Amino acid sequence: MVEQDESSRELKRTPLFGVMKSFGGQMVSFAGYESAIQFEGIKSEHLWTRSHAGLFDVSHMGPSTLNLKVGVGREGAHDSIAKLIEMLVPSDIRGLRAGQSRLTVLLSEDGGILDDLIVGRPLEENRQGCLDLVVNGACKENDWRLIESTLGSDIRLERKDDQILFALQGPSAVDVLSQELPGVEALGFMRSQTFRWKDQFECTVSRCGYTGEDGFETLIKPEPGIELVEKLLSHPEVKPVGLGARDSLRLEAGLCLYGQDIDSNRTPVEANLTWLVSKRRRAARDFRGSERIMQEIENSPRILRVGIQPEERAPARAGTAIYKDGKDIGEITSGGFGPSIDRPVAMGYVNYEYAKVDTEIELMIRGKLRPAKICPLPFVPPRNRKIA
Amino acid sequence: MTDSNNSSRYFTEDHEWLVVNDDGTGLTGVSAYAANQLGEVVYVELPEVGTTVNKGSEVAVVESVKAASDVFAPVSGEIIEVNNDLEGNPEIVNESPEDSGWLYKLKLTNLKELEGIMNAEAYSKFCQDL
Repeated sequence: MVEQDESSRELKRTPLFGVMKSFGGQMVSFAGYESAIQFEGIKSEHLWTRSHAGLFDVSHMGPSTLNLKVGVGREGAHDSIAKLIEMLVPSDIRGLRAGQSRLTVLLSEDGGILDDLIVGRPLEENRQGCLDLVVNGACKENDWRLIESTLGSDIRLERKDDQILFALQGPSAVDVLSQELPGVEALGFMRSQTFRWKDQFECTVSRCGYTGEDGFETLIKPEPGIELVEKLLSHPEVKPVGLGARDSLRLEAGLCLYGQDIDSNRTPVEANLTWLVSKRRRAARDFRGSERIMQEIENSPRILRVGIQPEERAPARAGTAIYKDGKDIGEITSGGFGPSIDRPVAMGYVNYEYAKVDTEIELMIRGKLRPAKICPLPFVPPRNRKIA
Repeated sequence: MTDSNNSSRYFTEDHEWLVVNDDGTGLTGVSAYAANQLGEVVYVELPEVGTTVNKGSEVAVVESVKAASDVFAPVSGEIIEVNNDLEGNPEIVNESPEDSGWLYKLKLTNLKELEGIMNAEAYSKFCQDL
């Protein structure tokens, strides 16, 4: 989990703070917010999400919209705003279809990852020339500052982090959410659309998540949003889930946590996220850090993010050193116990020559070397809805 | 297995419990309060039989999904037996922390160390104030 913010700065609360607390949430400091780490227990919340539906308050994140200052809704508006954001990300934003979203990364000048984020092109014709972004809570101020300072003369950045952003994840999520928001069942994976709850309250629903399960993220204003969340939580298939299970779910799904598995020292190639660098952008070499990133794609990176399967029962936590034949070859960046597969799971970086699946390695846990293997990610097969 | 009568049970500020038998051996584990705080236990690392431990030293590790927590020796002694049932069923620590979820037995080497350790009543008050 991202380093908990231990500073004594005043902690913020999301609009769902009271609801989460009333459901027994144990509150901790996280990304500057007082957030629920767990309710009835990390393991049971994790397993519940994989078998029913878990509801997560992720309002601490950075939902926001970039608007072209001039020309929203006009022909070519999407291409214009895509061209601007592509200065900062290596993915194909221009090629997004209306209503489609994509995971990408903000890059530094030398190709390091400043944050990972979702960029979505709105479905509605009158919103072409806007992009909906969701950035990480701990990075949002820096991200927004960078975007404004780079693109500021042409765009207006609209923060939406005073709203409610909640995720409903798990096999029951589609049935439960479609009872409140008919139509969400038709969304494909990584597609989003604006709906009206009770034919009245506008909200944006995306079919995506951070668990490897089918599910949705919904952005809605606090006033109707609290009532919607309470309604969903009253459904027998839904339980609130805290940050603890969110972390173990994403780790089993092989997904990176910013600040832990990826940071400004790592490139997308080292992070095994080369697929984020689109073909068109590789050919054009027109993104920040392209020199280093293309060199790593064409040759190979020095280190690579891999899945790690400890062979004994002892979990290997972040910071655990990885050895091969007595030589220090890397470090675990996320590690713990995978409740769905009932064994320890980890990911980390090793020198490129040792990154092949099934390579036998050793983990230094409490002064003792313990056997492990490089393994494929994810640990749990993804059950996201396939692109419709 | 253990004396379920709490009157003869000692507790530390680090939430270990200890029951001392007449022969100078002791049985120890983590308190119900601690087990509840830890959450679902997924792994327990126990010391090796024959190891000598000093009061307050790290002697075992109890791990939940999220974190690893050190367990300290409530008194000095030599480890004479460990609870091997925990290897396959670490959840016993949650289900029965002060009975079948015991961690290890030790032969006490300094009975004077028992002076000043909390009894059940004092420990209960200690937890209320946390």
